[in-house]
Amino acid sequence: MTTESRLKQVLHKGIFAVTAECGPPKGADPEVIRSKGKVLKGYVDSVNVTDNQTGVVRMCSLAACALLKAEGHDPVLQMVTRDRNRIALQSDILGASSLGIRNILCLSGDHQSFGNQPQAKGVFDIDSVQLIQTVRRMRDAGEIIGGEKLTSAPQLFIGAVANPFADPFKYRAARLATKVDAGAEFIQTQCIFNINRFKEWMGIVRDYGMTDKVYILGGITPIKSVRMAEYMAKQVAGMDLPEDIINRIRSVPAKEQRREGIKIAVETILALKEIEGVHGVHIMAIEWEEAVQNIVEDAKLFPRPKA
Amino acid sequence: MITAERKPISEIKEMVAPYRKILVVGCGSCVAECAAGGEKEVGLLSSAVRMDAQAAGKEIEIREMTLDRQCVYEFIDQLTDVVGQYDVVLSLACGAGVQAVAEVFPEVHIVPALNTTFLGETKEAGLWVENCRGCGDCKLGFFAAVCPVTRCAKGLFNGPCGGSKTECCEVDPEVPCAWQLIVSRLEAMGRLDLLRKVHPPADWSKQQGKGPRKIYREDQRA
Repeated sequence: MTTESRLKQVLHKGIFAVTAECGPPKGADPEVIRSKGKVLKGYVDSVNVTDNQTGVVRMCSLAACALLKAEGHDPVLQMVTRDRNRIALQSDILGASSLGIRNILCLSGDHQSFGNQPQAKGVFDIDSVQLIQTVRRMRDAGEIIGGEKLTSAPQLFIGAVANPFADPFKYRAARLATKVDAGAEFIQTQCIFNINRFKEWMGIVRDYGMTDKVYILGGITPIKSVRMAEYMAKQVAGMDLPEDIINRIRSVPAKEQRREGIKIAVETILALKEIEGVHGVHIMAIEWEEAVQNIVEDAKLFPRPKA
Repeated sequence: MITAERKPISEIKEMVAPYRKILVVGCGSCVAECAAGGEKEVGLLSSAVRMDAQAAGKEIEIREMTLDRQCVYEFIDQLTDVVGQYDVVLSLACGAGVQAVAEVFPEVHIVPALNTTFLGETKEAGLWVENCRGCGDCKLGFFAAVCPVTRCAKGLFNGPCGGSKTECCEVDPEVPCAWQLIVSRLEAMGRLDLLRKVHPPADWSKQQGKGPRKIYREDQRA
């Protein structure tokens, strides 16, 4: 199967890209993934499949990506270093490419203590930067860690994540540069609610000369309710959800909070489109994939280009 | 130093319950420093076991001893003429000490009174913190003497994860983010350039590649 990454093609053409996240089920039913895929079909260029996010056991990202691929999607395989050592990771990279998966997002993963297996051993044999480097070397040099040659190289468009809102703030752009040096070709960021801080971060990223070297997709999460907003602000590590956003959600009746959440998401996208060096958005509508259609339409990003 | 904590008394009582003559052996090194297995703790634990037996109407005999080190044969040898007189040895050494004693007296039942925890530092009175995993490939020189293998919950070599907020680790808000420390210390030293290096995957074979490790030094064997 010699397909190209649709995400790569869209970005190379200079089109403002749209990706969305799809969380696999806590079960073995492929229909859950297929129906999530149907909802997103035509509204996004590529679909990220999370890898046991928050340390909770779910259907594996690789299988869910293959299911989405069969439905005509361009999946982005999220791969964390928390659960597998370098043998398993490299093996899965080869397997993913063999199934026609053409994008990979390299992460360290949420710490296992947050999930439903807190007594698990965190593997972290390699870190996210080393994973980026590993995929890049497998693809470009056709060799695995240690230098041994592959019989054929995997074809993958390589992504990484960045959190512009975590500490130490001044170092965050340098960290992005490290990921780009290691081989990242696209970046998906943590959800953006504090647009001013994001602009400040993008300024430093531009100063590093990174916007010519890597595609940056800003993270968008529609808020469903004031409860979700409060939870994210307090409980989710590395999240910057300013009080005025929470108040805005609180100010509307409960029934209209979802609508308000979508409005905020759309406004954020419109603001991101104006920032130099932002090449697209990554919509993480957590267990609310239906919201993606509204957001993409309202942000005038529909229809998506034919690859 | 190697730190340890005493096991719950109920667990210790269960292990020594089948025996009448108990030899309680402390260790005067690391575990004495962290107030878990020194002479004082041997006395306290022995009293607790005695009182418990008394309350249960059980007759037991306890002897207390504390060796300078339970992990070195020269000191373990002090037990040679004693162990035979007891049914069980209750050791307040670290896991290395317990096993070293067992190696010398393989016919004696030796049970641990401590849970060995980590390689650490006495931070302040009553506070010990882990800061070394003994990985066998020290890279502290790159990281402003803050070990990312030990002090970063994810063991990251190439910068902080996305969860560091207000300078603390997302896993435990009472623990400083190792990478926050590394970055601020290197900044103070004017050595932020060290962070532009991408560290390749670590060589864990130096830690656990072929089972238990040993150090063999010909020059020390004369």
